[in-house]
Amino acid sequence: MEAELKNYKRRLKYRKAINLIVNSLTFIAALIAILPLLLIFYYTVSKGISRLNLEFFIEMPKPVGESGGGMANAIVGTLILVGIGGVIGLPVGIMSGIYLAEFGNNKFGQLLRFLTDVLSGVPSIVIGVVAYTIVVIPMEQFSALAGGVALAILMIPTITRTTEEMIKLVPHSYREAGLGLGIPKWKTSLFIVLRTAWKGIATGVLLGLSRAAGETAPLLFTALGNRFWSTNVFEPIASLTVYIYDYARAPFEDWNAQAWTAALVLIILISLLSLTFKIITRSKYKTN
Amino acid sequence: MNIIEVKNLNLFYGKFQALKDISIDIKMNKITALIGPSGCGKSTFLRCLNRMNDLINGVKIKGDVIIDGKNIYKDRIDIVELRKNVGMIFQKSNPFPMSIFDNVAYGPRINGIRDKKQLEEIVENTLRKAALWEEVKDDLKKSGMSLSGGQQQRLCIARALAVEPKIILMDEPASALDPISTTKIEDLIFELKKNYTIVIVTHNMQQAARVSDETALFYMGELIEFNETKKLFTAPENEKTEAYISGKFG
Repeated sequence: MEAELKNYKRRLKYRKAINLIVNSLTFIAALIAILPLLLIFYYTVSKGISRLNLEFFIEMPKPVGESGGGMANAIVGTLILVGIGGVIGLPVGIMSGIYLAEFGNNKFGQLLRFLTDVLSGVPSIVIGVVAYTIVVIPMEQFSALAGGVALAILMIPTITRTTEEMIKLVPHSYREAGLGLGIPKWKTSLFIVLRTAWKGIATGVLLGLSRAAGETAPLLFTALGNRFWSTNVFEPIASLTVYIYDYARAPFEDWNAQAWTAALVLIILISLLSLTFKIITRSKYKTN
Repeated sequence: MNIIEVKNLNLFYGKFQALKDISIDIKMNKITALIGPSGCGKSTFLRCLNRMNDLINGVKIKGDVIIDGKNIYKDRIDIVELRKNVGMIFQKSNPFPMSIFDNVAYGPRINGIRDKKQLEEIVENTLRKAALWEEVKDDLKKSGMSLSGGQQQRLCIARALAVEPKIILMDEPASALDPISTTKIEDLIFELKKNYTIVIVTHNMQQAARVSDETALFYMGELIEFNETKKLFTAPENEKTEAYISGKFG
């Protein structure tokens, strides 16, 4: 009896020790996982904040040698590029997601799903080359439009698959309830299923837009970049990411500092976008 | 008067035959209960009456279901119109993720009623019919999901009533509810009989005995007995019915 109790206590100690070790390991892993994020915040804020002022948002870049200036053209450029990407990418992405979820239960649907997954794994620079071939070469012009097309191709797979997954999460009972009321199938899909799933879909859209806003490679030979003010979609346009790329490599300290601030502004813009989505999708009605 | 006539109905899920040669006449403004052990085909049968089985892949149906003089599987009918006429209440209450008002107004709105006054009237009337008005009249803007299980089920009944069906199918509407909510639903079903024809699937034999006028016992996809409820429970004609209601199988 006593031996058994002793044995039990020993095993208990052993189990507790194992528990402690595993717990600590997971905690350390979690720390390591967020460390890069903290470093990114630390560096961009500490190095970029000194030039973060109104001037940066409303002025144009100064020529080499002159200090100061802003990146108004790049900020607007990034917004335009992401805007074009969204205008093309959102409808295509969301609608193909709806197709996959509601009608994609066949060979074509499986093929489409597979191709979407492949597309989401294609390196962004390759997508840039494709946009170069299908837009820049025929138009004989680098342009914001070409950049937008590249970004659209980039965000479509993310949006498509999240839309599909979110629609599939809507309980079957909602569909039955709708059809049971004598609501036609397409109206049930559109007004009940989508209405229930749209929060999740918005998250997918946000992911797609944020990823697009942060891309550099596909813009290098599509939107190219522009040192001057331009809102013409048929001409080359500046963007924050390409500016960061150029300015960070430049041998001028002043430019390097501008690059940090541009990075900070980009992070702020994406955070603002994320926050806006959080606010507009905050629904009064919880969905089980 | 028979509002639903079912003749030699057979249903297959792939190769499995779930319903075997079922013939039942359902009378207008009566409550017909379908009872039987799990998997006996009673829910499948119920879902044939508004073609809800169409949603399931690989279902084959043979035979006639005649509702209001129309053969719903053979005549050219509008399935949307059919489901408007034959409403359905499900086992698990499934209000839409919107306000109580919008839940009830959903059907009428889809059918083209836009006038706010008229909608308000419909919502109040149907919520009264579903015996829910007094409990929710002050918070019609609250989410339908915030109600208790029993209230949610009555909300679903109100939602179904709002499109003015003639027939209401209920698939174990009280099986997930506590006894008090169950009583309320049963009282409501009894009340609805005045204006509607009700077909109800239930696991609970006492419930069938309490609320229904006629009862059909299903077993392994076959209709064992279809009779007046009183008769079926007191003097069944079939041995199997006797065995089932006395708890010898099922």
